[in-house]
Amino acid sequence: MPKPFTPQVVTANDLFDGDVVYLTAAHGWSREHGDAAVAGNEEAATALLAAATEQPGKIVGPYLADSAIGADGRPAPAHYREAIRTLGPSNRTDLGKQAEGAA
Amino acid sequence: MYRYDEFDAQFVRERVKQFRAQVDRRINGSLTEDEFKPLRLQNGLYLQLHAYMLRVAIPYGTLNGKQMRQLAVIAEKWDKGYGHFTTRQNIQYNWPKLPDVADILDALADVEMHAIQTSGNCIRNVTADHFAGAAADEIEDPRPTAELLRQWSTAHPEFAFLPRKFKIAVTGSPNDRAVTKAHDIGLRMIRDASGAPGYEVIVGGGMGRTPMVGKVIREFLPKADLLPYLEAIMRVYNLYGRRDNKYKARIKILVHEESLQEVRARVEEEFAAMDGPAVAADPAEVARIESYFAAPKLDSRPVREAALAAARSTDPDFDAWMAVNLAEHHDASHAIVTISLKPIGGAPGDASAEQMRLVADLAERYSHDEIRVSHEQNLVLPHVRRDDLPAIYAALAKADLATANSGLISDIIACPGLDYCALATARSIPVAQDISRRFASPALQRKIGELKIKISGCINACGHHHVGHIGILGLDKAGKENYQITLGGDATETAAIGERAGRGLDAEEVGPAMERLVAAYLDLRETQDETFLEAYRRIGQAPFKSALYPEARDAA
Ligand code: SF4
Repeated sequence: MPKPFTPQVVTANDLFDGDVVYLTAAHGWSREHGDAAVAGNEEAATALLAAATEQPGKIVGPYLADSAIGADGRPAPAHYREAIRTLGPSNRTDLGKQAEGAA
Repeated sequence: MYRYDEFDAQFVRERVKQFRAQVDRRINGSLTEDEFKPLRLQNGLYLQLHAYMLRVAIPYGTLNGKQMRQLAVIAEKWDKGYGHFTTRQNIQYNWPKLPDVADILDALADVEMHAIQTSGNCIRNVTADHFAGAAADEIEDPRPTAELLRQWSTAHPEFAFLPRKFKIAVTGSPNDRAVTKAHDIGLRMIRDASGAPGYEVIVGGGMGRTPMVGKVIREFLPKADLLPYLEAIMRVYNLYGRRDNKYKARIKILVHEESLQEVRARVEEEFAAMDGPAVAADPAEVARIESYFAAPKLDSRPVREAALAAARSTDPDFDAWMAVNLAEHHDASHAIVTISLKPIGGAPGDASAEQMRLVADLAERYSHDEIRVSHEQNLVLPHVRRDDLPAIYAALAKADLATANSGLISDIIACPGLDYCALATARSIPVAQDISRRFASPALQRKIGELKIKISGCINACGHHHVGHIGILGLDKAGKENYQITLGGDATETAAIGERAGRGLDAEEVGPAMERLVAAYLDLRETQDETFLEAYRRIGQAPFKSALYPEARDAA
């Protein structure tokens, strides 16, 4: 039996300030993980990544990251690395997204 | 210290101008990221987890007050009010914005600084003993050598595309504080039978995924032969170093695979065939460089020792700081002060703009305008008159810069790890914070004595964990942070790679494991003076291992 597909989102860094961004369903970029478009299968994931790669003027280094579903029903990071990216440095809670209340 | 000549200044300004145009072209879409990335890396600009990161070179870790003040300005104006001093004696800014970077580089150029060759497969910022020019045990100041190498290697056309990055360290003392045995090339100043200074040349050391202790390729190299001999090494590496596999491309692998004898023979052959005088440094230029590092005029009048002793006896914190954070200066009226960037519970190596300014003020007032950055992520005032120590301590204490822990268990090296670094597999900073809080008591720390904990957030080993008496390496084990412990590493002239102790520990297990390990050491040591490393070497790993892993002992 094939391994079940883990839902994925496309994430990257903003070209100007490097902030972590997520590709939305409308192929725009949001700074919140919860706004990310979720790919439920391989094909959708490939299509999402392709949509991201077509926007090199806005973002840097798009990639697919595993995603879970948060308590609010919106996508949330599945791995601790991605969780730190949605927050900022864990030793400086006054900095990064966590400080802006966007986490 | 070294001053840019016209050529240096123009070269740096040109580079900034070029980079400004490159950024513009990236922003207007004429450069793709694939095209832009190598250009930004050549200018020290990385992309990390949350933002860009700018790595600024501090050649051989030497700065003056004006430069430090400019670093503070940059931190405030274009970053978030702080910077991070690294094990490569550099400073990193964690939050610059792409459109501002050329302005930052111009601000650096205003004080003769830059971010060139802090990345890429070139010869990187040359590092040196942070006590250079001041240490009592020094044969010669290693910085003229480091500066000569910087000039020789900067934009050297033959070495812009090496198989991999290349790191050189120089120490002018027999006591190696520059980790020369863990560099691609390490130079240790020694004297020959006639008393003339020269270098012991060490090659093929390194950390990363294949840690190796460097080997002596030339026992004594006369000073005048430095550039031709190093050029010969670089040529051999450039020709024979592996380019098929990034992980096997460092010179340490070449030395390991081909043997030291083989590499030595090729280097000597290359060296013999070279037009030595054409490559060797012009003696006039060497003299010019040396003149910039002339020792400051020290006030060597006797110190008012009675006043100093009285200050110590009335303030136990000052007394502890004097006992721990000073090193011996070659002039008896002076001391070398280590300014700890490791407050209990802090992030190792971080300094705020206000702290940088204070250090700049103190350097100008009390240390002949000299500051050093150590690879241990602390700052150093190299030439302080002992009479001034109470005033310096008082000023540092107010700014949370007077932690008395130099060389002690809470003086932890930690790389940025997963709190910042895109390559990280686990966090380092919170582990350092936890350990330092557990051993916060100054009395306990002094009782434990010299103990170096070094933490890296991935196999790249920027936190030097391989050469920590206790090394901690953060890994990703099935989606959870996990920490591998190594014991018995040594960064000095008796360099050794730490040995893995056993299974990796979860994050919350590390602190308690360190407490057990230290308790075991205190029990095992023969005298109060036997350091952790000495005890480890005497007894071997077994008792330390069973302290780390009580479950194994209980099961046995
Ligand atoms: S050791 Fe790894 S995690 Fe730490 S700074 Fe180096 S690359 Fe980043």
